[in-house]
Amino acid sequence: MARVKLSESKAKKIKEICAAYGNKAGEAINVLHQVQGEFGYLPAEVQELIALELNVPVATIYGIVTFYSFFTMIPKGEHPISICMGTACYVRGAEKVLDEFKRQLGIGIGETTADGKFSLNCLRCVGACGLAPVAMIGEKVYGRLTPDMVKDILNEYK
Amino acid sequence: MAKYKMHVLVCGGTGCTASHSHEITDNLKAVLRDKGLEEDIQVILTGCFGFCEKGPIVKIMPDNTFYTEVKPEDAKEIVEEHIIKGRKVTRLLYTDPEKKEHVSDSKHMGFYKKQLRIALRNCGFIDPENIEEYIANDGYAAVAKCLTEYTPAQVIDEIKLSGLRGRGGGGFPTGMKWEIASKNHADQKYVVCNADEGDPGAFMDRSILEGDPHSVIEAMTINGYAIGATKGLIYIRAEYPLAIHRLQIAIKQAREYGLLGKNIFGTDFDFDIELRYGAGAFVCGEETALIHSMEGKRGEPTFKPPFPAQSGYLQKPTNVNNVETYANVPIIILKGANWFNKIGTEKSKGTKVFALAGQINNVGLIEVPMGITLREIIYEIGGGIKNGRQFKAVQTGGPSGGCLTEKHLDTPIDYDNLIAAGSMMGSGGMVVMDETSCMVAIAKFYLEFTCEESCGKCSPCRIGNKRMLEILERITKGQGCMEDLENLKNLATVIKDTALCGLGQTSPNPVLSTMNNFWDEYVEHVKDKKCRAGACKSLMQYVIDPNLCVGCTSCARNCPVNAIQGEKKTPHVINAEICIKCGTCIEKCKFNAISIK
Repeated sequence: MARVKLSESKAKKIKEICAAYGNKAGEAINVLHQVQGEFGYLPAEVQELIALELNVPVATIYGIVTFYSFFTMIPKGEHPISICMGTACYVRGAEKVLDEFKRQLGIGIGETTADGKFSLNCLRCVGACGLAPVAMIGEKVYGRLTPDMVKDILNEYK
Repeated sequence: MAKYKMHVLVCGGTGCTASHSHEITDNLKAVLRDKGLEEDIQVILTGCFGFCEKGPIVKIMPDNTFYTEVKPEDAKEIVEEHIIKGRKVTRLLYTDPEKKEHVSDSKHMGFYKKQLRIALRNCGFIDPENIEEYIANDGYAAVAKCLTEYTPAQVIDEIKLSGLRGRGGGGFPTGMKWEIASKNHADQKYVVCNADEGDPGAFMDRSILEGDPHSVIEAMTINGYAIGATKGLIYIRAEYPLAIHRLQIAIKQAREYGLLGKNIFGTDFDFDIELRYGAGAFVCGEETALIHSMEGKRGEPTFKPPFPAQSGYLQKPTNVNNVETYANVPIIILKGANWFNKIGTEKSKGTKVFALAGQINNVGLIEVPMGITLREIIYEIGGGIKNGRQFKAVQTGGPSGGCLTEKHLDTPIDYDNLIAAGSMMGSGGMVVMDETSCMVAIAKFYLEFTCEESCGKCSPCRIGNKRMLEILERITKGQGCMEDLENLKNLATVIKDTALCGLGQTSPNPVLSTMNNFWDEYVEHVKDKKCRAGACKSLMQYVIDPNLCVGCTSCARNCPVNAIQGEKKTPHVINAEICIKCGTCIEKCKFNAISIK
């Protein structure tokens, strides 16, 4: 299988981040946080390089990346959409809102649209239960959602 | 420091921020500047007031006026009318739903009347980004008292006497935990604050950290002194950027004031705090899993003993407490254990913060004395069920807890009573449900969560919960049989007995408690293929009553998948093959002609 090679500048940045944490295995989570913050996601070749720098097997890094829901191996869309599936939102109809987002975008949870514009995810509780059901697009919070509001909201970003 | 005549407090909690409270603050400041009042009136962005339902909240001190649902464009009127002319802006005041009268003072509002704010004492009152405001409200006086008047053993005795129990869910006596950690000797010990609030629908810890971060820092310092630790760590979710930001500011300020670092208050006690970030794993709320995560590993739990107090972070004695537990500590030291242990019930002292949510009129963050009844919380503080519907159940304890029903409404709430009723205190999520919530679907909802969050280390949790979920999926699709119910019960009992950690041991609770309280609903799903709440999609069909339909075409025009056909002014028909059961048509029909069968 053809492998994607990391650009030199990317590799340099990753090495810098690892070095800033003393290349210590115990700092793996902090390193991953920062690398994901820099590049948006953690593809296999990035994990391989981190493993090399921290002197641990790739499996260890892969194990951490897949364990925590905050880390992702798939690039997010330009406008990441997160639907709150906390209990408060769920009992106020978040599932119907999610279904409508799926239908409008033609993608499932954890997927990104073909044009790279939107990605869809669920999260557990934004802490804005007073506005339930809630969705976030980027940093913006949309509250008291109903399925018929979805189309207009998406149009704001088209 | 400048002296102000009036303070305008604007809620800067997550809910109100989402409804533009920053713009309100900016507008207020701009108007005050225009009027040349910025020296006299201070505008502060505070932590959460709790009354999220009516947010954004603006409170004016000293007259305690409580404005609700404020919009950025209301800033001018608030300044011109209230601040300059002294006339309250009545249209922004809270209206009592029963008496239909405006209530200006929050103390007289139903939502606040029965509350007792101890852990949340400073939330909504002080500027969380300014250490001087915390100090002005007796902040850091408790740690001063401990360091200069008490021995470590006396501090532990005081906490033990207070009866404080862990607020993260389990309810282990805090003083006893500290005592065990203090008795284990090592060259280095650690104090850890568990701020990995993962329970969906609970946001009390985040509100405390956002509204009063110094109280947690002070309490951790006291904890460090009591057990002989010089290092503190706060394990916080990366999903809480505002709380992280405020904690970073608070730690920096405390260091500048010499309240963290070497020789605190001129004594030989050193203490400092660092942040560690979680990455979204519910199981990390379990203390051994949390410790592994802080060490940079997968957050998998290990068998206890050894307890963290014996061998925790980096194999050193470690004391882990939750945010809300810590928020209680400084005030217990200041007011005394005998003040605290008079509040609450015999075995559960003090108060508990709950995130009240779901189908209830007043959604928000509340703090109530232990021993209050669910009825008081739901009907007096919560203002009853939304849209005048019927109360069905209230879920406490999140994915580890259970559903309580009508018959539990008058039970005094404390750790032991909730467990006896088949639920648990948990971290404090309280989700109210009405008759439109299907209890089988709710059990499935929580199990989906547990399956997703199970770390996979032990088989009862990894495999058992998955099998339970499959059974529930069958039942909600109308493919279940009576044997499934029997299997569900057996599996639940086995998982409860054999899982490794707290997550697995409590994961069957939502299933067991709904089966105990709503057995009929389970049977209905299996035998009659019916969901009385109308929540299980596979079991329902949308139909138009030809006698009521006038052919207005509203439903057909709004149907997102064009499943409704019919000529104008003649009854319409829904094509069940195409219908996605989204419910839009019911909402749009003005003639109540559409129903679920």
